[in-house]
This record gives sequence, structure tokens and C-alpha cells, in this order.
Amino acid sequence: MELLSGGDMLLRALQEEGVEHIFGYPGGSALHIYDAIFRQDKIQHILVRHEQAATHAADGYTRSSGKPGVVLVTSGPGATNAITGIATAYTDSIPMVVLSGQVPAERVGEDAFQETDMIGVSRPIVKHSFIVRRADEIPAIIKKAFHIATTGRPGPVVIDIPKNTTAPTEQFPYSYPEKVNLRAYNPSVKGNAKQIKKAVELLLQAKRPVIYAGGGVILGEASDELVEMATLLNYPVANTLMGLGSHPATDKQNLGMLGMHGTVEANTAMHHSDLIFAVGVRFDDRVTNTVSKFCPNATIVHVDIDPATISKIVEAHVPVVGDVKDVLTEMLVQIKASSVKPDETALADWWRQLNEWRERYGLQVTPRYRTGGDKLMPQEVVQMLYKVTEGDAYVSSDVGQHQMFAAQYYLFDKPRRWLNSGGLGTMGYGFPAAMGAQFAHRDANVVCVTGEGSIQMCIQELSTCMQYNLPVKIICLNNSALGMVKQWQDMHYEGRYSEILYEDSLPDFVKLVEAYGHVGIKVTKREELEEKMRECFSLKDRLVFMDVDVDPSEHVYPMQIAPGAMRDMWVSRTERT
Amino acid sequence: MRHIISVLVENEPGALSRIVGLFSQRNYNIMSLNVAPTDDETLSRITITTFGSDRVIEQITKHLNRLIDVVKVVDLAEAGYIERELLLVKVKAVGVQRDEIKLITDIFRGQIIDVTPSIFTIQLVGTGSKLDAFLEAIDSLLVMEVVRSGVSGIARGERHLSI
Repeated sequence: MELLSGGDMLLRALQEEGVEHIFGYPGGSALHIYDAIFRQDKIQHILVRHEQAATHAADGYTRSSGKPGVVLVTSGPGATNAITGIATAYTDSIPMVVLSGQVPAERVGEDAFQETDMIGVSRPIVKHSFIVRRADEIPAIIKKAFHIATTGRPGPVVIDIPKNTTAPTEQFPYSYPEKVNLRAYNPSVKGNAKQIKKAVELLLQAKRPVIYAGGGVILGEASDELVEMATLLNYPVANTLMGLGSHPATDKQNLGMLGMHGTVEANTAMHHSDLIFAVGVRFDDRVTNTVSKFCPNATIVHVDIDPATISKIVEAHVPVVGDVKDVLTEMLVQIKASSVKPDETALADWWRQLNEWRERYGLQVTPRYRTGGDKLMPQEVVQMLYKVTEGDAYVSSDVGQHQMFAAQYYLFDKPRRWLNSGGLGTMGYGFPAAMGAQFAHRDANVVCVTGEGSIQMCIQELSTCMQYNLPVKIICLNNSALGMVKQWQDMHYEGRYSEILYEDSLPDFVKLVEAYGHVGIKVTKREELEEKMRECFSLKDRLVFMDVDVDPSEHVYPMQIAPGAMRDMWVSRTERT
Repeated sequence: MRHIISVLVENEPGALSRIVGLFSQRNYNIMSLNVAPTDDETLSRITITTFGSDRVIEQITKHLNRLIDVVKVVDLAEAGYIERELLLVKVKAVGVQRDEIKLITDIFRGQIIDVTPSIFTIQLVGTGSKLDAFLEAIDSLLVMEVVRSGVSGIARGERHLSI
């Protein structure tokens, strides 16, 4: 049997898992591993400029490709800097393997230089974690880590690696296990047959059904099944922020996003529904509004792979625990075989009602923002982006107003195109996530829609993009303020703008990106928007930063009114449902 | 309602902290916690007494089951069960108090397991409420130290927790 050091075993095991990229940053405790990276050529290491960006880049790589991202950081500050990105991935159930160097085992607990208890610090935000105690455990731990990260409800796994276990001087026989041995971990895949039968019966009896589809559909690669079911039944689909793209936004059966900044038609449909078919969702507080007023007349059928998600917030009348793809496939078979067909008369009435709401409130019907004013509106910038990229880009976002405008106005027709920190709401996510996505799709248009606040949280990655020739396009909706906070201060704090303004301290972004060697484009007027946007995307192999001045007073609407039911919404500053 | 949750976990470093962390992270209560090895050296058994609505208890068991190290979880209160807890209590015992404490200890079927001219150390086994009753029966001014093991529990009859 081949003899390898711990460091070499680690790299070999990653190769066996099909890893092509590691996003990382070196340091003392990880030096043996970095030496092993140097001595191989199958896996490319990407040197980021901050460990947080390594985790977001791995996350963006994963979300856009479905393949688990890998992160490598050193001990202490390297590990703690990765925490925000691990938490981001955990909250959105993104599979990821994070390798953190650790001080040598004999130093652990002595407050050694760059020592921190990574297992302890990361414990609440990982699906699982491992400490390597002996070098020869490394292959089995890697095998288990990838298995755990990618199966069941996916999530990040941390492996803490004391430096002594990767020493090049000590070698051990290497073999990669074929099977995973985890007796306590058997996520259910197939749904319970009885529950599936009940779910199908209820689904076919519905008079005012809504399919409420979330990120689980994308994670479970079940978009085709979802679309087939929705089409077969002619039922409307509302997507969560995380589920955008799981059902085509341009399909006439798609009601758009639901929730806090969802469409009126999606939220009102939910409220009046008699049957909610919830697929791969978790009834987040940004969806339900006040839980006691949530969908008063609906029977709830909830399909999810995580039993702990079912009846956590809203009681499910028919829970189905299982892999979304497997469950939908089985349900499709039963629907096709059933003698009961959807109630066409009821459905026709329902669609008449839905279309009436859509006609009255729909975001795509007529502009729901001020048009023709002096200032560019953020919504029209996103609509222009959609037009210029022909709806076919990978779009990441940061967090705030720009995120909601992107979610509302970029119509995602395919899964894995929309990359955003939905659960944790991490500013600074968008740009490194776009980098990761660009690694997964070298020739695709990858766009980061951001704001002048968020972009500054990971702006150092401009340097990484130069090093690896990543032609990411950054569309900065610059409203000279932390817009979403400002909106809340307008609505709930009588316009007392506490700490949201920069007082003329913003950098000249064009000069800034030029200093990094990239292209900067400033846009201030509506007349130049399309031309400059086209110029931006014509520069195929350059990173372009478009700094677009938009109306600083704009709010995101629609917006749910709390406390209230899903349908209770502000449609504009003065008009409510 | 009070529940006794028994958990079989992999005998791995960090397994206990994951379980305890889960309770604090999700705002669940721990009234007592008892951890010890089992006849299978790869497993430890953890017994947690907690309280909460049925919905909270359901969430607790689901979240425990989600942990990779957790092999099995059972809520003993779902059916008949036996619970026991060990109490060690050190009391001042001089003069007439010596007879009185001895009498109460006998009534509760406890044993005096260490004696000095001024101190008794008493051992008592029973349900949590029996131990509470004993501590209420003796003069609190005499009590120097109280040690409780936390509740252990086992199901009645055929029902058993193993892999």
C-alpha cells in the first residue's frame, strides 16, 4: 500500500471526492497542507483576500453548480473569519466542507499562538464537525464529511486539523474508503407511502390550491418534477426568496415571490388558499407574517427532508418527510393514475381571481415605481440588466433593498441562477459568491447586484478577480445610504436617520476598481443606462464595476404590514391592500 | 409537562457539548442531566429531564435526532417508566438532632453512610419528588451540602432503548 503523509492524504482524498477548487488562505497551522497543495496539480487553490470571502466563494460555487465547495483556512483568526460564511451556508442548507488548520495537538488548550476552539466556535452553525486525532483517520473523515454535507438536509461540515497530523515526516498507508460507516445517520429519502397517498388525495380535492416552493426544490434538484406537477394540475406556484428559479418566473402559472416583499398576488393567493402544498420550505418569519393569522382556511401539506422543519412554525396537516425529488416523482405517478381529476370549474374561478389580482398589482404588468423622473430608479436598472443579459445570467446579491429589487425584477427561469443569503442575510456575500459561481461557469455572465454599503464589506476581492481573470460584472445600485435601514427608519422611526449616511466619504468606485486593474463605469442618467450596460457586458473577459446612481428616496414595495396576515401589504407609500 | 428524554450517543469527543449546546441554542430547558457509559463501550447514555409543551418536546426529540452523533432518542414519558435519582446530603447532627435525622432517614429508606461526632452523610435513592420531600422534611439550617446525580430512567416492561 502507498505511504503518504497526512497532508498528502488530505489532498488525495479531496481528489477522490472530485474536488477541483479549494478557496483558501494560508497560515502557520495549515503550512503542511499548503505544501501538499504545492506538490500536486489536480486541485486548484484560489487565494482569496479574506477568509470570509473564501467561504462565500465556495458557497456561490456550490449554489450555482450543485457541487460541494471546499474551504481551507488556518487556525485562530483564519478560522474565525470563516465563521460568517459558514453560518450563511448553514442557514440556507448549502453543502460545504471547511478545513481549518489547528495548532499541534500537544499545544491545544495551552492558549497557543493562533489557537481558537474552532469546533466550539462553529458548533451551532455546522451540520457536523470533526477533529483529526491521527493522520490515518483523514481519508475516512473526508469521506464522512462529504457524505454528511451533501445528503439529507445539506449543510457545512468543519474538519479541524491539528498541524502534527499533516506533518510530511510521518507517513501512513493510504486507502480511500468505499463506504461510509455512520450508523446514526440515515436521512429518509422515500416519503411514507400512506402520507404520500393522503397528500395526493388532498391535492386533487383542492379548490383554491397554491404550490409554495422553496430552496429545498433547488437543493433537491427537483425543479423538473415541480414544473411537471404544476403544469399537469394547472396549479399556481409561489416561490420563496430561496426558491426563485425552481419554477420559471416567466411561466403564466408563476405568481412570483411570496413573503415580506413578495407580490400581492402571491401573498393574497396564499391567504385565500384552501390547500397549500409546501415543498422544500420552512415557513420562515419573512414569509408567514404573523403566524396566528397565516392562511386561515388552508390545509397544509408539507414535504421536506428535515423532520425538524415540519410543524416547527406552522402545523402541517399532512407531513411528508423525504427527498423532494423522490416524493414529487411518486406523487406524479399517483396523480396520473388517479381517477380523481382537479376540479376544473373551481380552478377556473381561482385563476380568474388570481389573474385579477395580478392585473391589479403585478410588478411585471405596469411599472409600480415612479417613472420619468430625473433620477434612475433601482428597479429599472435591474430590468435593464434582465434585458441586456437576456435573463440568462447567474445573479448574486448582497443584502438590502437591491437584493429585493433583484429578486422582484430579475425573472429567474432556471434553478441555481439566483445566489443570495436568504436566511442569514449576510452583507458582503454577493461579490465573493459571484467569484465562486464564475469558477463553476467560466464562460457565463455572472453578475453581482449590490449596493454601495454591501460591496464595501468584501471589496478586497477585486484583487482576487484580477489574479484569476474573473470577469464578474458588479452592478452597484448606489443610493448613497444603507437603503433598507433607511426605509425602516422612514416607516417606523419618523425618518430619524441613525447611522446610515456616509457624509461624502464614499470612494470613487470607478477610480477604485481601476486601481485594481479593472474597468469602472459610472452611470447617472437614464439615457445612458442601456448603452453603458451593453458596453459592460461586451467586455467579456474583464471585470466591470457599474456604479449606478439611483433615487435615494425609493422604498421596496410591496411590503407586508406587521403584525398582520400574509395579504396585508403596503403596495406603495400610501396605498395598502 | 415534565419529560425524561433518554439518548444513546456515540462515545465521541464533543458529543455532549453538541447536545447541551442544542438545548441552550434553541432555548429549551434542562432540569437535570445525567451522562454515563453503557455496556457497549462505543455508546454513552444521556438522560435529560426537561419540561415544555408537547410541541416543544417534539421539536427537542427531532433536533436531537438530527445530530449525527445521536444514535437513538426516546421520551420515557410516552409510556410507563421508572425513574431514580441518587441524593447525597451532609447535615449537622449533634444532640437530639442525631435521633431525629436518623428517624427521618429511616422513614425515607435512606442510609447514613458516613458519621462523625457532629455530622451525618446520608444517601437516598428515589424519584426526584421523593428526594425533594426528604430535603423538606429535614431542618434546612442543618443541611451543609446537597449533591444530586440527576435523574436516570428506564422504561417499564418490554420497551427498551438499545441499537
